[in-house]
Order: sequence, then C-alpha cells, then structure tokens
Amino acid sequence: MIKKRRKAREFGPGAVAYACLIYLFLYLPIFVVIAFSFNSSKMNIVFEHFTVEWYFKMFDNRQLMQSFVNTIIVAGISTVLSVIIGTLCALGLYKFEFRLKNVISSSLYIPIVIPELVFAIALLAFFSSLNIPMSMVTLVIAHVTFSMPFVVITVRARLAGFDHSIEEAARDLGANGFRTFWRVTLPMISPGVISGGMLALTMSLDDVVVSFFTAGPESTTLPLKILGMVRKGVSPDVNALSTLMIVGTIAILLTSNFIQERLEKKL
Amino acid sequence: MANGEERVIVRLTNVDKSFDNEKVVKKLNLDVKEGEFLTMLGPSGCGKTTTLRMIAGFEQPDEGEILLGGVNVEGKKPNERDVNTVFQNYALFPHMNVFDNVAFGLVEKKVKKEEIHTRVLEMLKLVKLDGMEKRMPSQMSGGQKQRVGIARALVNRPKVLLLDEPLGALDLKLRKQMQGELKHLQRRLGITFLYVTHDQEEALTMSDRIAIMNSGILEQVGTPEEVYNQPQTKFVADFIGESNILEGYVEHVYEDAIGVTMESGKARIPETGYESEEMVYLCVRPENLKLDTKPHEGFSLRGRVREHIFVGSINKTMVELPNGQMLKAETPAEDELMPVGTPVNIYWNPGKVVVMRTKEEMIYNIIERSVQIEGMPNDPIF
Amino acid sequence: MIRSFKKHMGAWGTVGPTVIWLGIFLFLPLVYVILITFLTKNAYGGVDFSFTLENYRNLFKSEYIKVFWDSIVLSLETTVICLLVGYPFAYILANAPRRWKNFLVLLLMLPFWTNSLIRTYGWNTLLRTEGIINHFLLGVGVIKSPLEMLYTDQAVLLGMVYALLPFTVLPLYTSIEKLDKSLLEAGSDLGASRAHVFTRIVLPLTMPGIFAGSIQTFIPSLGFFFISDMMGGAKTMYIGNLIKNQFLSARNWPFGAALSIVLIIITLILMRLYTKVGSLEDMA
Repeated sequence: MIKKRRKAREFGPGAVAYACLIYLFLYLPIFVVIAFSFNSSKMNIVFEHFTVEWYFKMFDNRQLMQSFVNTIIVAGISTVLSVIIGTLCALGLYKFEFRLKNVISSSLYIPIVIPELVFAIALLAFFSSLNIPMSMVTLVIAHVTFSMPFVVITVRARLAGFDHSIEEAARDLGANGFRTFWRVTLPMISPGVISGGMLALTMSLDDVVVSFFTAGPESTTLPLKILGMVRKGVSPDVNALSTLMIVGTIAILLTSNFIQERLEKKL
Repeated sequence: MANGEERVIVRLTNVDKSFDNEKVVKKLNLDVKEGEFLTMLGPSGCGKTTTLRMIAGFEQPDEGEILLGGVNVEGKKPNERDVNTVFQNYALFPHMNVFDNVAFGLVEKKVKKEEIHTRVLEMLKLVKLDGMEKRMPSQMSGGQKQRVGIARALVNRPKVLLLDEPLGALDLKLRKQMQGELKHLQRRLGITFLYVTHDQEEALTMSDRIAIMNSGILEQVGTPEEVYNQPQTKFVADFIGESNILEGYVEHVYEDAIGVTMESGKARIPETGYESEEMVYLCVRPENLKLDTKPHEGFSLRGRVREHIFVGSINKTMVELPNGQMLKAETPAEDELMPVGTPVNIYWNPGKVVVMRTKEEMIYNIIERSVQIEGMPNDPIF
Repeated sequence: MIRSFKKHMGAWGTVGPTVIWLGIFLFLPLVYVILITFLTKNAYGGVDFSFTLENYRNLFKSEYIKVFWDSIVLSLETTVICLLVGYPFAYILANAPRRWKNFLVLLLMLPFWTNSLIRTYGWNTLLRTEGIINHFLLGVGVIKSPLEMLYTDQAVLLGMVYALLPFTVLPLYTSIEKLDKSLLEAGSDLGASRAHVFTRIVLPLTMPGIFAGSIQTFIPSLGFFFISDMMGGAKTMYIGNLIKNQFLSARNWPFGAALSIVLIIITLILMRLYTKVGSLEDMA
C-alpha cells in the first residue's frame, strides 16, 4: 500500500504528460507517413479522402519495387550470414582457450564504435582499389561486417549466463559432443541467437550511411531511393511502400520478441 | 554384509591430478565396493569433487589409473562410461520438461519409446514425482529439482551413481528429509553410491563407509564408527565431530601404559607401543572429558571453568588450560554446573582417548614450556 | 599432441570465419584508408601512389576548420538536448509500474527499429513550407505567411535529436534501472531533500549511463550526413556531408580519407574518456 502511494506521487500528471509528449514526438513522423499512404491527394499536404489505390499503384513503379525487393534480399542474406558466422564465433570464444583470444574479442568492438561513415568510405575505397564494382554482393558484405559483431556479443552474453554443468550432464547421460550441442547447447542459446539475428535484421533494414556508399546503381535499397527522391518531392506510393516496410518490420520484431519471451519463460 | 568377498566396482590406483601446477589430488588409492554407500568427505578444495569428476570422465588423471568394473577407463569420454552423476546445482535441462529430462539418457541409448515411457514413469514414481512429468524445471522447488536430477541419473541403471554435494543447495529441513530418502533409495536399488559432501553429519548418517580427504590426500577410510571412535590422524579427529586435541610427548614408558607430558600437565594413558620422547596428540571427545574438583589418579591436568553454553539437551563447559588453550566438556543439561572461575581437575576414563603420533620437531618447544609451568599445577590461582 | 591439434581445429573452425571476415572487410579497408591519406588524387578521381602530407595540411584551411567547428557544435547541441530531454524520460520509464515497464520500453524501441530515413522523411513532410504544419497554422489563422522551417539549422538539429534520442535514453534507462532504490531512501533518511538526493546520489550513480548515452549520441551524429541532406539547406556544411562529397562528387579520396581520420581521432578520444568511467561491454 505504502509503495503504491509513493509510486502515485512520483507519477503525477506531469510525468505522464511528459512521457506522452516524447512518445508523440517519436511516433509523429511515422503516423504522417502511414496516414498519407491512404490519402487520395498526390500532395503530402492535406488529407483529402481515404484510398488504398497507392498500395496497388506502387507495383507499377518498377524502380521503387526493385529497391524494396533489394532491401529485403540484402537484409535476409546478411542476417543469415551474420547469425551463422557470429554464433560460431561466440561458441568458439566460449569453448576454447587460445592465444589472441582477448585481441579478437576486443576487436569485435571496433566495428561497433567506429563511425559508420568511416567504415562506409573505407569499404568503398577498398572495393574500388580492387576494381570490384558496387553491387548486391558488396552491399551484403558491408551489412554482414557491421551486424555480425552484434550477433557475437548477444550470443556471448547468453553463453556467459550458461551453467557449464548442463553440458556435462548431457555428456554424463550418454550424449556425444555433437548430440550435446544439438540437444542442449543450441536450444539453450536459441533466445540469444534469435535476438542477435533480429538485431542484425533491424540494423540492415535501418542502414542508410553504409548502404549509400556500398550499393551499386542496380542495388539501391528503399531508403536510398527515398533519399534520392526527397528533394524533388515524393510520390504517395512511396508512403505506401514505407508503411508496408514499417508495419512489416514491427510485425516481424514483435513476433520474434514474443517467441523469444516464450523461450525465455520456458528456460 | 560379507566383507572382503565383495567385488570392487571402482578402483583408483595412485591417482594424481594438478590444475595450474597445483596438486589437487595426490597419490590417491581407493576401492569402492559394489553396492556400498561410500562418502568422500572433506573441506572444500580437498580434491573430493575432482576425484569424482575424474571417475565421471570430466577430468583426466595426470598419473595413475581408474578402473570401473575392472576395466581401465583411460581416454573414455563421460558418455562412454557406465556411471551417472547427480550435480550439486541440479544441471537440469531448462528447455525440457521433467519427462524429457529423465528420458534424456535413454533417448541417447536409443531405447524403444514404449520402454522409455515405462522406465521414466517408474523412476518418477520412485522419487515421488509421479504426475509431474509435464512440469518445466523452472516451475519446481529445489527439492523437486534434485529428485529429477536423481531420477535422470538412476533411470540409466548406472554401475555407480556419483553424487556431487547433491543436497548442498537445499535448506536444512529438506536436506535432512532427502538424506533419509537417498539412503532408502540406495538400499532398495542396491546401486553403488559414491557421494561427495563437506557436511560430516550427512556423511555419518548416510554412509556405509567414509573416505576423508584433506588437501588432496586420503586421510582415512572406514565405517562411520571407525572414523569417529578411532581417528587415525589429527585432521580426522578434528574434522569429524568435536575434539579436544592436546599436544604432548611420551616422558615415561611403563609396562602397560605411557606417561604423557603436555604444556599444561601430565596424564597416564594405558597404551603401549610408543617410545620415550615421542611426540603425540591426545584426542578426547567433549562428551568424554570429565571435570572434578578432586584430583584423579594418573592425571595432573588442571584448568579453570571459563564459560557454560547451554545447547538444549546438553551443557558445554569451556575450560581454560594454563597455556590458554580452551577445552570443551559436555555434560547432560540436568547435571549441576560448577561456577565460572572454579579451578578443576581434568580427566577421562581409560579407553576414551585416542593417541596419535605427530611430528617430532615440536618436542623441544613443549618441553621448554612445560618446565616453566611445572611446579605450579597445584597452585589454585596459577 | 592430438588433443591440442583438435583444440586448435575447434578454435579456428569456430572463430576463424569471423577473424578472416573482419580481417578482409574491416581491417584491410581501414588500413587502406589510412594509407591513401598520404597519397595524391589523380585527374580521374582515383589515387596516385606518390607520398604527400598535403591532405593533412588542407585540414587546417579556415573553411574546413569552420566545418569541424559547426559539426562539433551541432553534435554537442544534439547530445545536450538528448540528455536534457531523455534523462527525465528515462527516469520515468525506469520507475514505471512493473507491468507497464516492458511495454513502455518496447514502445520506445519500435520507431528505433524502423528505418531512420523513412522517419526523417516523415519530418520533411511535416515541416515543408507547403507542408502539414504550415498548412494547419495558416488554416487556423495563427500565421499570415508560411514559416520557413525546413532546410534550416534548427531543422537539422531536430532531425538529429529525433534520430538519436533512443540511443541516449536506453543507456540512461539501464543505469537508472540498476540504481538501488534503498540508496535514495537512505539519502532522504539522512536529511537530503529530493533535489539533493538527485544531485548527490542519483546523478553520480548514473554517470556511466550519462557517459554511454552521450557517446552513443555524439559519435553517430557526426556521420549522419543524410539528416542534414534532408533537413538542412546548403547554408551550413557538416563534416559528414563534406566527407561524402569528397568521395562522390569532388572525387578527392585522399582528402576525404584525411577528414575521416579526424572522425576516428575524435572517436578515440571519446572512447578513451569513456573507458575511464565505464566498460566497452556497456556500449553494445
């Protein structure tokens, strides 16, 4: 009772209003994009009346659709690659003792702390010096490079709280090394792998700076496409596609969050 | 029990193990007999858990060999050994329910589904967890979790069940209850239990035999009665139960007894086989230490009552010797107590003392100090 | 022998791919960038292998000093505003009733998960001269002629604060959340007023969060060229845009690389300061 009263004092109407204001600030531009995707007017100024025509018209905009498909493909491939490479690395760092281990694990923080822009121009300069044209491949390479360390760190954090005797128990009960990994280790770290993968996915979908330098003319992503259009004025089908992307991203993440919580609860 | 005829199921021969150049197990020799409940007892860091882990296959001995059922298991992985472990922190698979946890080993052995089903349910019934097979480990209490851990190991019908402080994480009441259940389970199944604990009471109540370890060395192996009543080393005397340990040396060798001189007095002890000038420890349990205002024949050991501690059924009386050492004497609670400050004569009944040999270098030390104290033992104030 | 061989196989089989990947696609490019800062640009927009310190000398030209200054001021303004706005917000979140807390944090993360450029584009739509806000204000009659909101320095600042606020709030939230509430009670028990409890207990104890939040706001803000592209006019040039231009339009890579060395140095200095108060692990 006492606690409740104190909480109530801390959360006076001022605090609630303040929090609401911040959330409004965070969501306002998203609402604008979503609202105008249903606007019949071609101009993003006044809401005339409700329509879903842009959700059909956007399919006629070949370039726009291509950039959307590129975004999805790059995000998908780079997420899978970073999860595989990153999880392996986390397991290796957890399991084995070897020279340079400390060097390797602290190097993982370099891509996290250096400014994205520096990393982006470095990759651009590097690929050009080798006469490698910018394409979907360079884009995927770039995305894997900046997202993989996050996977390693997330999975490692999961492994750090891992009771080693659980693996020993599996060995004791007759499972060999591979069976132990398959039946015990992997299911136990799966929440970490999922959240690492989701992190990689959002980082890839969200990226502008690195993609800007490492995408070729044929491999533009949706954000880059919008950036190119914004000065000239953006057609409403962009709103529709952006809405799809916002809703899609949020849906995927909420689902995975839900799955993850279920897994965690089970553990 | 037909002693001696029993088959040895685990044999450790000259086993050595070091971690980071620190020897944790030194030249260990131990036989575990089939069907017995053997407890390895010792303070933390004495090497008992390492020994257990070497038998399970989690660690490899540096030297010596381990035989399981007469076969050397060198190089065999844990999953290739016919032993199973019950872990202190349960080590249940958190992503599996109780049934799947218990079935884990049987699935690995590719046992038929129907058989797994019957064996798991039978085992859960045995550990009184019937009806709980769908529960997740996170939904269980500590005691229930450990029952799952025990069932999970026993369902594989191991030759030896290794238990690494399995009750360590439970509260006192539950621990007492589980001790009884474990002992009962072992009797009923006839499986060899190799149990590790640092709790001497647990060891004394549950075991057929106790192996006491201290800093990597096996100090003594014997039945609970043997290790309690005839400790072979000072460590065992000190570690098992409470003991008053007096340092002294053999001053006189009589025909049927020895005369031992300590820092604070003398005692005549009916023991033979000791030589003059030999350093010894005298070990007397508190319940055997007697106090009296009158002197007793064969003893000139005096002290002063310092404190009475009432612990329910008994009284503990602390007696200070002239050299400052405190001795403990236990008397039934209804006995009359001597007031604090009373000078008393200390004695014990013949046969209630254990004499142990000790290092010689301390002898001069003792002689020197006892000379100074001599001449004052009858002084009431000393 | 065999055991140690197996162990090495295990270690390299697992950690190896990461080491090779980061070695080729992170370290080599970074080394290459450092290398070209000492080279000369050629007429075709590429690089000639002749040594020069010209690119570093150019950094000290007054027009570039002004760019650095403007960029640092913008990033500082962004960081300070994010802290001032974000701290109370993080405090409210951290002290929210338990059943609400997870939901509120999720609500904070949601926009963060969606593409920042699309969100910035949303602001662009709102702030245009012929945009929603002006249209609304004109319609209501508050103003007679549309306000010039987009393509100003204030618009850039707004965009930066908007994009980086979650980066500030999350570390703040974590450190306030970790705070042992009994310390606050002890503080008031010992006679401190609510304000003093805050300045003498809460603030010092949440310093690591404040530092982590500041750095995670400051460093990316230096590189977010697309925000100034979408929200700012051509009036002010920031370091991110300058680097972008050197690589794409001016095609002076050696100078662009030298500029990015400036970014790296600023980052290193900040990280050095940070590791004195917190650990790297808190950054991720």
